[in-house]
Amino acid sequence: MLKQIEGSRAVAEAVALCRPEVICAYPISPQTHIVEGLGEMVKSGELQGCEFINVESEFAAMSVAIGSSAAGARSYTATASQGLLFMAEAVFNAAGLGLPIVMTVANRAIGAPINIWNDHSDSLSMRDCGWLQLFAETNQEALDLHIQAFRLAEELSLPVMVCMDGFILTHAVERVDMPTQAQVDTYLPPYEPRQVLDPNEPVSIGAMVGPEAFMEVRYLAHAKQLQALERIPQLAAEFGQQFGRDSGGLIRTYRCDDAETVVIAMGSVLGTIKDTVDALRQPENGGLKIGVLGIVSFRPFPHEAIAAALKRCKRFVVLEKSLAVGSGGIVATDVRMAVTGMGLQGHTVIAGLGGRAITVKSLAALFEKACAGQLELTTFLDLDWKAVNKQLEREKAVRRSGPIAENLLRDAGVVAARNY
Amino acid sequence: MSYQPIKFYQTGTFTVGNRLLAPEERSVQASAKRFNSINSGHRACQGCGEALGARYAIDAAMEATHGQLVCANATGCLEVFSTPYPETSWQVPWIHSLFGNTAAVATGIAAALKVKQKKAPHGQEIRVVAQGGDGGTTDIGFGCLSGMFERNDDVLYICYDNGGYMNTGIQRSSATPPAARTATTPAVGVEPGNVFGQGKFVPAIAMAHEIPYVATATVADLRDLEAKVRRAMEIRGARYLHILVPCPLGWGTASHDTIRMARLAKETGLFPVFSAEHGEQKSALAIRRQLPVEEYLKPQKRYAHLFAPTPRVEVLAQLQALADRNIKRYGLLDGGKQ
Amino acid sequence: MFQVRIHGRGGQGVVTAAEMLSVAAFDEGRHAQAFPSFGSERTGAPVVAFCRIDDREIRLREPIMAPDALIIQDPTLLHQVDCFAGLKPDGYILINTTKTFEQLGLADFIARHRAERLCTVPATELALKHVGRPVPNVPLLGGFAAVSGILKLESVLKAIEERFAGKVAAGNIAAAREAYEIVRAEMEESAHA
Repeated sequence: MLKQIEGSRAVAEAVALCRPEVICAYPISPQTHIVEGLGEMVKSGELQGCEFINVESEFAAMSVAIGSSAAGARSYTATASQGLLFMAEAVFNAAGLGLPIVMTVANRAIGAPINIWNDHSDSLSMRDCGWLQLFAETNQEALDLHIQAFRLAEELSLPVMVCMDGFILTHAVERVDMPTQAQVDTYLPPYEPRQVLDPNEPVSIGAMVGPEAFMEVRYLAHAKQLQALERIPQLAAEFGQQFGRDSGGLIRTYRCDDAETVVIAMGSVLGTIKDTVDALRQPENGGLKIGVLGIVSFRPFPHEAIAAALKRCKRFVVLEKSLAVGSGGIVATDVRMAVTGMGLQGHTVIAGLGGRAITVKSLAALFEKACAGQLELTTFLDLDWKAVNKQLEREKAVRRSGPIAENLLRDAGVVAARNY
Repeated sequence: MSYQPIKFYQTGTFTVGNRLLAPEERSVQASAKRFNSINSGHRACQGCGEALGARYAIDAAMEATHGQLVCANATGCLEVFSTPYPETSWQVPWIHSLFGNTAAVATGIAAALKVKQKKAPHGQEIRVVAQGGDGGTTDIGFGCLSGMFERNDDVLYICYDNGGYMNTGIQRSSATPPAARTATTPAVGVEPGNVFGQGKFVPAIAMAHEIPYVATATVADLRDLEAKVRRAMEIRGARYLHILVPCPLGWGTASHDTIRMARLAKETGLFPVFSAEHGEQKSALAIRRQLPVEEYLKPQKRYAHLFAPTPRVEVLAQLQALADRNIKRYGLLDGGKQ
Repeated sequence: MFQVRIHGRGGQGVVTAAEMLSVAAFDEGRHAQAFPSFGSERTGAPVVAFCRIDDREIRLREPIMAPDALIIQDPTLLHQVDCFAGLKPDGYILINTTKTFEQLGLADFIARHRAERLCTVPATELALKHVGRPVPNVPLLGGFAAVSGILKLESVLKAIEERFAGKVAAGNIAAAREAYEIVRAEMEESAHA
């Protein structure tokens, strides 16, 4: 059924259709509306057979999910930003124990300085935690990915993060096609755990493993992710057949067939990029041969699929909402590994950190430069160099030059009342 | 075993034998049909109080639930010595997740079991016990513990308190008693050993949550411990049992003295043994023959600096004051009947 | 694509207004995207919300920097925030006020704009009269349907019915209708002037 609803509400309804049995909730912006929606559904009786637990921290949220999943219940939680960091130890643990928990991450920057707006620093900081990470481009895809995520998680006995851009998607009200309970029930069978805490067949879960077997345990975790590389496209195809729309998969390409330049990105910014690319392909704008590659599955990372998609291009531009401080791009590093030996020119663009708007205007200028072969190796999109240099000068001049964040804010002036 | 009524002269001792008790009063441990929830062959130190406490407590919980029990375990000695891969001592379904999240994991298990029970109401009901040492309970796991209490989740949390981080080499925890020597509170300087802080007695904090049941016990009073587990399993909601479990390695005591040390802790009043329901104290295990704190402290190497080279009379007096305060606060000389 | 920016203060239902506008467009079978200015704003603080309306899927995710229309829920913002930033030369403006543009000190500004696309409506007063609470967002949507012509009044009323129930819905519908009529009359007046 078509609905005009907020992204968070859409995800809440989709998760409810997946018949979760335990949901743990702890508030953090911009994830809060999702668990609020689910809490209401449990309390009103709309969502039956589900325990909704208000926990005291994100660490507890993931820990409760670990317990409930190990006891055989389909378990769900959601978080963002500092919350994901606070639960980090349990996030790794859930993956290590092979528990098919599904978690929404409403992507948000990490402090300090504290910032509630969108970028991908949070989930990418958990890059190597052993979870699958799927990134949604639209609210439709966000809700679809949750349905696929439970299926994927339970088949592989691995936890899955569904990442959606905080505020940009979670708080956007747009059209979604909400599936029926019958449709979801057909796609997603009831959870049958591989191992479960059962007094009639007592097992010990979480034993200590020494050097004699730890490497093998870790390799098996890697092997499982590689299995996911095969399973994700299959499940997306099955989803497409049953629900009549494309959602998920490993990657998605747009106008790549004749593209000399391919822009690679994850999440909601792909829409703005596609609009920009359409415009740049117009003859009056130079008719640039430019295409787009959206990464849906960041973990496992689809090396082969990306290499295949970039086979015919000359150069690629990875535009990412994350920064490996002291190194450069995070997504770009993986992409460069995927195209090793292909002789492509690669560029990294760091953009949209902490909610900095990524506009068509800036993207168009950037892509034109890239197509002309004039883009630097690493670019910080719309960085205020004046402010940066002023602070660098200040630090050079005076040792106790004051707190950086506050200095920059003073230079920027009052921004709270601006339009963006 | 045939039943022989207890004679008057036998009640004054600590060693009323099992055969002297009526069958219904006999301990779970004395039964040939006990569950052996944590089986022999584990790798605990000789004389380990925690291994003993865990066996007493989990066997009693298994008895009370007819074997329908799931355990969550914090990181620590108990976890390490019981499950060296690929072996396990546990005869119960058991999960170890992390050091500081055991109460929350147990909450999750209880929630899952509640949902399953609702979906299949005729199946056997399964209960949940969470367990950890004092580090995993009073320090790193305290947030999750308090959350579990506050929500009144249907979990019995058992803390095995040996007064320090023994697994990592005897460091101080918030349950380490004042003046005790540990690797991070060495017996040097003007105030050797652990500080006289304000204390962090988690049973009292548990009572402040007004949860249905809070109790303390020691491995020296088997039947009291078992009765408390039994009582705890009769109740729904969050329950907390804090068991004093001497650690020969960490305390510097003889392996054969574990039970004696636990008894001395209780008999001096330094460790009050009592129970409380909904925030109100219900009972106290009376001190049978009150002893000065020195009797408890002297056999332990962790207190050796209080006696030699010069006796630290003022520190001993402070410790005696703590014992006296406990005796008064919990009514330990008259069994809680203040 | 038609892009609307709504300015107001925390507590005036700015975000709700954008959302209802998108629902009204959705009810007409169109694509719409409503989103707030993503701040942790508090009651009384300046708030911005956005709404895009199009006949095809909306992929663009940038903030609306060159709006086709502005709804200003609180005229005290005019001198605090650059409400008119980026407004297209023939854009629409609807301001919640009992004053005239001249009284608001905007005489110079309106001289450069098409007069029939600039309207005021006493939305707070209408809300007080019909709903009993000074929340101007819903009556303004009625006025917006009139000034912009991008949406039917019926669609706005339907969106109100989907959002509210009982007396609140009825009051808001009455307020939106009256705002619609006031703006229509204003437009006719300026067309004849």
